[in-house]
Amino acid sequence: MGKVFAFHGGIHPPENKKQSTRTPIRTAPLPKQLYLPLQQHIGMAASPLVNVGDRVLKGQMIAEPVGRISAALHAPTSGTIRSIGPHPVPHASGLESDCIVIESDGQDEWIEHPGLEDFTQLEPGALIEHIRRCGIAGMGGAGFPTDVKLHLGDDHIVNTLIINAAECEPYITADDMLMRERAHEILGGIRIISHLLKPSHIMIGIEDNKSHAIHTLESVLKGCDLNIDIRVVPTKYPSGGERQLIQLLTGLEVPSGRIPADIGIVCQNVGTTAAIYRAVHFGEPLISRIVTVTGDAVAQPQNLDALIGTPFADLLEAAHVYENKLYRLVMGGPMMGVTVEHDQIPVIKTTNCIIAATVDEMPPAPPEQPCIRCNMCEQVCPVTLLPQQLYWFAKGREFDKAKHHNLFDCIECGACAYVCPSSIPLVQYYRFAKSEIRTEEAEQRKADHARERFEARQARLEREQEEKEARRKARAEEAARAQQARKNGEVVATATAAAAEPAADINALKTAAAVARTKLKKAQKALEAARNSGEGDLQALEAAVQATQASSDQAQQALEKASTGSAPATATGADVKQLKTAAAVARTKLKKARDALKNAEDKGLEGLDKLRATVTTLEQKADEADKAYKDAEAAAGSAETPMSQPAPVDMKALKQQVSIMRTKLKKAEAALEEVEGDARTQAEQALEALRQRHTEADKAFKAAEQAQIAAAAAQGVDLKQLKIDAALARAAVTKLERALAKTEEAQERTSLEAELATARDKAEQLNQTLKQHEPA
Amino acid sequence: MTTVITAILILFGLAVVFGIILGYASIRFRVEGNPIVDQIDALLPQTQCGQCGYPGCRPYAEAIANGDAINKCPPGGQSTIEALADLLDVEAVPLDAEHGEEQAKTVAFIREDECIGCTKCIQACPVDAILGAAKQMHTVISSECTGCDLCVEPCPVDCIDMIPVETTIANWKWPAPAESRNLIATDRGRGALQQQEAH
Amino acid sequence: MTGAMTDFLLILISTVLVNNFVLVQFLGLCPFMGVSNKLETAMGMSLATTFVLTLSSVCSYLVYSALLKPFGLEYLQTIAFILVIAVVVQFTEMVVHKTSPMLYKLLGIFLPLITTNCAVLGVALLNIKKQNGFVESIAYGFGAAVGFSLALVLFSAIRERIAVADVPVPFRGAAIGMVTAGLMSLAFMGFAGLVQF
Repeated sequence: MGKVFAFHGGIHPPENKKQSTRTPIRTAPLPKQLYLPLQQHIGMAASPLVNVGDRVLKGQMIAEPVGRISAALHAPTSGTIRSIGPHPVPHASGLESDCIVIESDGQDEWIEHPGLEDFTQLEPGALIEHIRRCGIAGMGGAGFPTDVKLHLGDDHIVNTLIINAAECEPYITADDMLMRERAHEILGGIRIISHLLKPSHIMIGIEDNKSHAIHTLESVLKGCDLNIDIRVVPTKYPSGGERQLIQLLTGLEVPSGRIPADIGIVCQNVGTTAAIYRAVHFGEPLISRIVTVTGDAVAQPQNLDALIGTPFADLLEAAHVYENKLYRLVMGGPMMGVTVEHDQIPVIKTTNCIIAATVDEMPPAPPEQPCIRCNMCEQVCPVTLLPQQLYWFAKGREFDKAKHHNLFDCIECGACAYVCPSSIPLVQYYRFAKSEIRTEEAEQRKADHARERFEARQARLEREQEEKEARRKARAEEAARAQQARKNGEVVATATAAAAEPAADINALKTAAAVARTKLKKAQKALEAARNSGEGDLQALEAAVQATQASSDQAQQALEKASTGSAPATATGADVKQLKTAAAVARTKLKKARDALKNAEDKGLEGLDKLRATVTTLEQKADEADKAYKDAEAAAGSAETPMSQPAPVDMKALKQQVSIMRTKLKKAEAALEEVEGDARTQAEQALEALRQRHTEADKAFKAAEQAQIAAAAAQGVDLKQLKIDAALARAAVTKLERALAKTEEAQERTSLEAELATARDKAEQLNQTLKQHEPA
Repeated sequence: MTTVITAILILFGLAVVFGIILGYASIRFRVEGNPIVDQIDALLPQTQCGQCGYPGCRPYAEAIANGDAINKCPPGGQSTIEALADLLDVEAVPLDAEHGEEQAKTVAFIREDECIGCTKCIQACPVDAILGAAKQMHTVISSECTGCDLCVEPCPVDCIDMIPVETTIANWKWPAPAESRNLIATDRGRGALQQQEAH
Repeated sequence: MTGAMTDFLLILISTVLVNNFVLVQFLGLCPFMGVSNKLETAMGMSLATTFVLTLSSVCSYLVYSALLKPFGLEYLQTIAFILVIAVVVQFTEMVVHKTSPMLYKLLGIFLPLITTNCAVLGVALLNIKKQNGFVESIAYGFGAAVGFSLALVLFSAIRERIAVADVPVPFRGAAIGMVTAGLMSLAFMGFAGLVQF
């Protein structure tokens, strides 16, 4: 027996272990339903391999590990998959998580599970893969997948293997009973681990209150060729903590934030060791474990060999629970365990104990009283932290300082809370602070990530802007060059001559037209300025405008001719596009002219008639352009697809026209208010004409709309378009509703309400049409 | 008379010498940029939502460094205000309701059968968390979404919902232990009331 | 030499402990209460004040002995010293702004307010009153600064602990700070008689 060191602090709570060691391990009855959480450990949740309704056999893998830190899941018995979905899981939050539910068929039929003939002949990698496929995870604490612990990188040289058999927490006797009854399995497991890790020294750390288990182990180890030491450590909580046990057995402290492997030590729980043995020799995956069912509220406290996924209720029943005496159900030990809310929570790979406690046994926590700074917590802390200081920091939400005081080295053993004379739930404070810090860090990470993405996006937008700018510049330069080339040659002549040639020269023509237009605009502007100021040679300016307009018109005509000329020749989308641009340009021009007109009207100046004439001609031109465009498009459309295509585009143009007219009308009306006298009658006439046109356009638009809906309905093809229309209409309704809710003015409200009503009607109509045609 | 002149001269001389020293120091120790902005920016939640009235988190950080109020960030909420107050050593003030209220964390969700593929939300998203193309259905990459709700307004068919983030086992937090009872008489009586009024 | 060394040590002990400027002579209470909320800030303030105090102590001694005394202008000492202190503080401010912008932001108004820290002017004037020499002036200024720093750091560390403690409601905030300062002062009074100086 080697030297045993000591660790700081620790407590001696009442053991309460005798109750459950009086009877041997009993196999728990087969439950009707098993609930298998996909995540029973830290790391990634396993991903299901089965579907609802599948029949599975005992030992069949039903979920495979995802990523490195993850463990496989196997069916603990044969049966059918009932469902895969949320079910309460053993977790402090009491929340639900995804579980696979198996309804057992009672036959408990094994799948074929060959063990490995001779594991010593196997490559370590293959052996570890076998262990991984058997879903072995640490059965002591956090349920860390065992294969990860066994598969250390080359930078870790393991010289000491420690088998953790301390089981320091009160009530729990699962490992104790395992050692008493299945010591040879543990030895077998140690052989496998030592084959993988090749440690120079193996130690089994066991508390001195388990004399029976020590005896059994010693007798099994007799004549063993491995260098195994049984180190009996004094009973003190929490000697079973990984780091504490390492300190007890080797005198070495695992540095903060590091793992034991960093100092050449690997620690495995006895339960895990036995599970490895069964997995390697019999091919049995981890589908059952020993669970201590104890507490004053059960008649027969005992250890049950329970299948993973067995609900607590079944185990309690097997141990004959007194329902009326049961006050609190604790999963795990009394120090580190958590109270669970109901008994349908299943056993998982880390469930070592269920305590059914009476009120006397675990009374409700006394009220928290102020800290008297007695320092008892500091004296028992096994990690030599300053629990009291951490408490103040957690309470004052000074998490940064708590972190600086090494909060994350706290193992949450509960020794400090156990000795606290003010019954402060210290561990709760630490857990709270830890999860706050973790959340904060996660949020910080997310914020940094978002910032990165935001900055990347900004950079991208900037780049795009620059590219656009560069392209625009290049285009402008090109245009300038082209202009230079044509400056001496008569623009108009070239244009007319070039009209004979299709497509290729259209661009040149366009440039010419654009130049002419710009000139015109400039002249117009000058004219207007002159008019506004009432100075300058009006006559001369007007003449200039006329001249430029003539040239512009010529250029435009040439262009139009050219494009119409080329349109039938090619009749492709490109021409339509050009025409569209032309039409848009014409419209813009028109609008500008109209603005000018309005300006003039406002001012009541002379030359109004002339301007008006310009506007009219421009309007005509715009209409012509529009028409040409539409014709071309119709032609193109009919060439491509019959009927359905031109309708929506037409609609759009129509709609635009209608809205333009409406604006025009409104503007004219507004202008009318201001104009007085002679001009008024004139303006009124113009307004009347405009109104008429608007009504016509509106009518045409509505008719077209109806026709379109009817056509769509008749064809029942353009369901998507219809859907979009319906959605748009619905959105319009909601937007109007919102606007209505916001406005207070009565007049505005009535108009809004009217609009809303029409919008609703339309939405309703569209919806109905949609409904009629949707099934078709 | 000479004493007065000497006195004036000496003080003037001192002032000149010190002025030269300070002038040199101000060139030698010139501060470029404002490194505090980075630190403030690091504390902001980076939703880039613009609820503070600035076009993004960094502009707001710059504004804070220049003395703007620290309570204009609803997504960050009280914890951000406290962190900023701690950093700048000023009093933590409650959130300015004018810029919005602190809400539970949300992520955007697009009701996909209603989406018409207009790409308006894609252009609005400050962190490129929406995936889609013109006339194609869009969807939100929820892990990248900051919950700024800038995409909700531009949607012409109102098909974007802001869904509160669900608590799962992965993001569940231990609750703070219940406050201890106030054992000192003054904590419950007059003193406490006066203290509350003072705040 | 030994005598000078002893003098030097005695001055240090006297200014740091026995005649601590803050806790015994009650000078410089403004930053003592103002910048003691956070330990880090308090440390920054201590460093800045140490720098200013030592430098201004030396500078004012030099100005006094080299300029004012030869010309018989002793009555100008206050105004001249304030000029010196203001310049040193300005200089320090620039240095701090450059080297530690965070500390600059944290110290805020208290950094330029070192100018009006009565401990600084007090040290300059006491140097003259005690007829300290050049080296003694350095020692006196430095000792005073160390004493100030010690008191400030201790006090802020205590306040940090008090910040998260259960203080009865009427005592919260400045009140408990005053009580703490008073108790600390009492404790420092205990050093009286340690050095006869």
